[in-house]
Amino acid sequence: MSTFASPAARAGGRGARVSPLRKRADRIGDRALFGICALAALTAAATIVLVGYQIVDGASPAISEFGFSFVYETTWQPNFGVFGAGSVLFGTAVTSAFALLLGGPIAIAIGLFLTLLAPSGLRGIIGPLVELLAAIPSVILGFWGLLVLAPFVQSKLEPFLHSTLGFIPIFGAQETTGLSVFTASLILTIMVIPIIASISRDLFQSVPPELQDGASALGATRWEVVRGVVLPTTASGVVAACLLGLGRALGEAIAVSQVIGAGSEIQASLFRSGDTLASRIALQFPGALTELHKASLFYLGVMLLVIGLASNLIAQWIGRRFSYGGAVAK
Amino acid sequence: MSAGAVPDPAAPLTPSGNLRRRQLVSRGAEIAATAAAVAAIAVLAIVIYTVVSRGAKAIDLDFIFTGYPTGVGPMLLGTIVIALVATLMAMPLGVLIALFLTEYAGSRAAAPLRLTLDLLNGLPSIILGLFVFALLVNHKKQSGFAGAVALAIIELPLIARGSQEVLLLVPAALREASDALGVARWRSVLTVVLPTALGGIVTATVLAVARAAGETAPLILATPTFDPKTFSVNPFEALPNVPVWIYKLSEEGNPEGFTEAWGLSLLLIAFILFASLGARALLARSKRKLSS
Repeated sequence: MSTFASPAARAGGRGARVSPLRKRADRIGDRALFGICALAALTAAATIVLVGYQIVDGASPAISEFGFSFVYETTWQPNFGVFGAGSVLFGTAVTSAFALLLGGPIAIAIGLFLTLLAPSGLRGIIGPLVELLAAIPSVILGFWGLLVLAPFVQSKLEPFLHSTLGFIPIFGAQETTGLSVFTASLILTIMVIPIIASISRDLFQSVPPELQDGASALGATRWEVVRGVVLPTTASGVVAACLLGLGRALGEAIAVSQVIGAGSEIQASLFRSGDTLASRIALQFPGALTELHKASLFYLGVMLLVIGLASNLIAQWIGRRFSYGGAVAK
Repeated sequence: MSAGAVPDPAAPLTPSGNLRRRQLVSRGAEIAATAAAVAAIAVLAIVIYTVVSRGAKAIDLDFIFTGYPTGVGPMLLGTIVIALVATLMAMPLGVLIALFLTEYAGSRAAAPLRLTLDLLNGLPSIILGLFVFALLVNHKKQSGFAGAVALAIIELPLIARGSQEVLLLVPAALREASDALGVARWRSVLTVVLPTALGGIVTATVLAVARAAGETAPLILATPTFDPKTFSVNPFEALPNVPVWIYKLSEEGNPEGFTEAWGLSLLLIAFILFASLGARALLARSKRKLSS
C-alpha cells in the first residue's frame, strides 16, 4: 500500500493540505478529550475517598466519645446515650458465615453443573436464570422473606431442627414470629448464591479441556476430574468469588432488617432475633434521636466500610496474584 | 445401563468393588450439583410466583395513575425521576471513564482505575446512603437528588465496565481506516468509535438502571418521608419512590398495605426483569455483530 491516501481523499492534491486552523483545532480537541476523560477517571477515585471521609467525619463524635472500645462493647441503649457495636458485629459475623457456609457449596455446585453437566441448550437458560436471582431488589426479597419465608421457617423448619438437633445450642429456643438470625441468614444465602455461582462458572469454563480429558483418559470419574483437576486449578479464584459473596452478605441492610427481628442481645441460638451492622443502620437511622446516636450509626458504617473494603481488596488481590490463567500449565 | 440386570459377555468389565464405589460417588456428586441448580431455580420461581399471584390482584389503572390511598402513581413517577437524574449523571461519566481506559490509559493508569471501579461496585449501598446523608441531607433537607447521587455511584462502575467491554470490541480496522485518512484522534473517537459502540453502551446503561431502580438502602436515608398523595417531579424536594414505599408498607404490618406492596413489587420486578433480560439479549447481539 502506498503511504499516500487515494486522490479522492486528498482532493486537490498538494494544494489542499490540512489547514493550520484545523490542525490547531485538532490539537485542542485531542487535549480536551483526553482532559475530560482523565477528569472522569479522577472523579471516580475522588468519590471513594470522599465517601470514606464523609463516613469517618460523621462518626467522629462517637469515635471521640467511645474510642476503640465501641467495637466490642455490647451495650446499645440510645435512651441512655450508651453505644457499642459488639452485638451487631456478632450478628454480622454469624449471618454472613452461615450464608457463606450454606450458599458457597451450593453456588459452586451450580457452577459445576453449568459447565460440566448441563446440556448446552439448558445451560443458556439456567445460567441467566440464576443470575436473575441477583436482580431481585433486596426490599422485595425481604418482603417475601417477611410474609412467606418467615412463617414457613417458624412453623416448619425451626421446630424440625429444634426437635432433631436441639441438643446443639445454635438450634435452641425459638422466637414466636419467625423473624430470626436464621431467617436472615437464609435470605442472605439466596443473595450470595448467584454471585458466587456466576463467577465460579466462568472460572470452571477457563480450565483447559486437555487437562480434564487427560484425567478422564487415565480413568478418573467425573467427580475425580472435578476433585483432581477443576477445583485445584481454580481454587484461588473460587476463594475470591466467595469473598465477593461475603462482601454482599456483610453489606445487605434492607432485606436483613426486614426479617432479623431487631434484637440487641448476643444469643447462641440462631432462632432468636438479632441485628447486623448494616441492618442496624437501616432500622435506626431514620428515627435517630440524638447527634450521638447518629454518630454511633456512622461508626457502624465505618466498621462496615473497613470490613467491606478489606474483603473486596483481598478478593481482588487473590484474583490477581493467583490468577487461574497463571496456574494453568501452558 | 445394560451392565446391571442383563447378563452379558462383557461381565468382567462390569464395575465392581473400588471402581463401583468411585462411580457411585461420582454419580452422587452429579445428582447433588443438579439438585443445587434446581433449588436455585425453584427459589426464583417461588419468589416470582408469589409476587405475581399476590400482586396481580392489586394492579389496575387507578393503582398506576392515582395517588395514595387508591394508587401508587406518585411513587412510580418519583422513582422514574430519581433513576433518570442518576443516569444523567452516571452515564456520561461512565462512558468517559471507559474511553479513558480503552483509548488513553497505559497499564499503569488502568490497573488502579479498574480497582477503583471494582471497589465502588463493592461498596454496600447503605454506606452510600450514609454518604449522601452526610453530604447533602444533614443540616439541609432530604431530597430525591441526594438519592439520585447515591444511585449514580451504584450505576457508575456498571456503566463504565459495560461500555469498556463494548469499546474493546470496536474493530481495529475502523480506527486504522480513520487514522489513515488523517483524522485526529478525538474526531475518530467521537465520530467512529463511539457511534459503533453506542448500542452496547445503551444496553449496559439499561442494565445499570435495572440494578439501581430497586435499591432501597440509600433512599431511606436520602428521602425517607414524603407525601404519597401528590405527584412531584422536583428532585430537590423529598420525592415519593417505590422502594421506600414497599419498605414502609412491609414494616407497618397492615394487610391492605401488604396487598399494595405486592402490587408495587410486581411492577418493580416486571420492569427489572424485562429490562435486564432485554438488555442482555441486545448486548449479546451487538457483541456478536461487533466481533464478527
